Amino acid sequence: MNDSVALLQLRGLEKSYAGHSILSGFDLTIFDGEFFTLLGPSGCGKTTILNMIAGMEMPDAGSIVLLGNDISQVPAEKRPINTVFQSYALFPHMTVFDNVAFGLRMQGVEKKQIKPRVLEALEMVQLAHLADRKPAQLSGGQQQRVAIARAVVNQPKVLLLDESLSALDYKLRQQMQLELKRLQRKLGITFIYVTHDQEEALSMSDRILVMHQGKVQQLGTPRQIYENPANLFVARFIGEINQLDGEIVSVDGDHTYDVKVEGLQWTLKAQHNFTAGDKVHVLLRPEDLRVEYIDDFHASQYLVGTVVERNYKGKTLDSLIRLGSGIEVLASEFFNEDDPSFDYRPNQKVALKWVPGWEVVMPAEKSEVAA
Amino acid sequence: MKLNNFTFNCGIFKCLAIGLASLWLTLFVFFPSVLVMITSFLTRDPQNTVALPVNIANYQKAFDPLYLQVFLDSLTMSVLATICCLLIAYPFALAISKLDKRLQAIALFLMIVPFWTNSLVRTYAIQFILGKQGLINKALLALDAIDKPLQLMYTQGAVIIGLCYILLPFMVLPLFSSLEKLDSKLQLAAQDLGANAWQRFWHITIPLTMPGIVAGCLMVLLPSMGMYYIADLLGGAKNLLLGNVIKTQFLNTRDWPFGSAFSVLLMLLLAFMLWLYFRAAKFANKQGGLGDANF
Repeated sequence: MNDSVALLQLRGLEKSYAGHSILSGFDLTIFDGEFFTLLGPSGCGKTTILNMIAGMEMPDAGSIVLLGNDISQVPAEKRPINTVFQSYALFPHMTVFDNVAFGLRMQGVEKKQIKPRVLEALEMVQLAHLADRKPAQLSGGQQQRVAIARAVVNQPKVLLLDESLSALDYKLRQQMQLELKRLQRKLGITFIYVTHDQEEALSMSDRILVMHQGKVQQLGTPRQIYENPANLFVARFIGEINQLDGEIVSVDGDHTYDVKVEGLQWTLKAQHNFTAGDKVHVLLRPEDLRVEYIDDFHASQYLVGTVVERNYKGKTLDSLIRLGSGIEVLASEFFNEDDPSFDYRPNQKVALKWVPGWEVVMPAEKSEVAA
Repeated sequence: MKLNNFTFNCGIFKCLAIGLASLWLTLFVFFPSVLVMITSFLTRDPQNTVALPVNIANYQKAFDPLYLQVFLDSLTMSVLATICCLLIAYPFALAISKLDKRLQAIALFLMIVPFWTNSLVRTYAIQFILGKQGLINKALLALDAIDKPLQLMYTQGAVIIGLCYILLPFMVLPLFSSLEKLDSKLQLAAQDLGANAWQRFWHITIPLTMPGIVAGCLMVLLPSMGMYYIADLLGGAKNLLLGNVIKTQFLNTRDWPFGSAFSVLLMLLLAFMLWLYFRAAKFANKQGGLGDANF
């Protein structure tokens, strides 16, 4: 990825439907060769952004600049940008070969060049042997690959993927995630991926933009977004998270605070600035929590609760634990067969631990947005 | 499916509905058709209309070059009418398919309304428009565009206009139903891949609506060969369509056996064309779509 080259710049984009504003003053810069993901629940405006980049919708105001040229008024068929549609949108009356060749033919590429280029693209997605089939004769995963080949064969500057994996079953989707990532590295084409699936976003992207109701919530690498969510919405949307309420007791130095949570006092680090008396949320990922048999001697040093439910998940064992205040938290632990104290019974009293520093402390939000 | 299983499995209402329809078709379609077939092998008789002996002279007569010429003329007329119909109906059906659902229903309804009036009456109305003293001539005269009335009536053109007008809905409806089924995402995909409006129409819309085009053409072409009253009223007393030949044999010449033989041949021809269509459709289904993308 070449960080220094801004490939695509969206500036002050505005879009509304029937007086209802979808996007307003939206800015975004996408770098050359990166795998960029627009992540958010449905209706957050991510598909509108994608459609405007593709040229299928025109912005009400603002500009879309590709390599220094404003393309916001250029029709879709003249933009060096291709799309892999959610439903694939393969042409049912054409063979796989003709589907992939379509873009080249429309651009008037010389006949001699078409065949080798199409076959090369099909080779890349391992479908050259099915070139004579019609789309209806292919499986979902194969159709998906044809759709990708049909787009990349045109060597676009930007490849847009609109929830492209959502129609596949779980296992195939994971396999395609790896393949997409590999393909993107190999081709060096900038991918803009739209999804509502946070797992997909985390595993493939170089950078993720989390959106909600037309507003940017956070822009960052998968790791930044997962480990340091900017707000409660991002924290809840990206994976499971436990939320405990607390209060700052005293400021303990640079970004270090004494925080009262569940009746106990903890020394925690936070990126935000707080003063004594501030209400805060302490967020903990289920996999960061460790459940242990309680030892009466240490009971006052840990969060204590009773086991409500135990769920065997194959890789992990998930425990739902009700704390003294009535809040239920989820802990997700990997199996350790050598640990005799690993299994717990419902109603058993247990202690909860976590590695200091893995928690996220953020200001309490009054009107909480549902994830 | 075995007939036995079928009878036992169906409920009373289903049996009744199927039974009534079968009875109706047997009485009014099957028996008359059989009678026509039998008649076609008999001989003309001035007293009793038809008489023995059984022979195939009527069929031999039908293949006389004179009648082959009539057949070719009739086919030409019908094909021209079908092409006109298609050219008028396609943009119309395309426009309707782009409307929203409620307006679609209204548009289709408006198209059907005139067809509540008997087609014979409407054919007379065309006379009123095309005649020497008709609307078109009067308008052109009043505008000084012409010196004397144009001969519009009693031409092949008038018959084609008449056939087009009467048969238009049979073209529009199958076209509309296949246009409506088109996935709009395919248009977007084609546009995304660099196809302009014309290329999208030629490479995507036309091939994907080919089943509708073929169905519509058959539904216009087949009946148009027999619509003798349109040729009579608008084309003058010429044997323009196969239907005219048959009608003349029955009503004017009173040669029922020959008229029957001609009817049987027309039926066979239409059946053959339908067979071709279904074969093509079956082939297309296996391949996942008619046509081959117009490259």
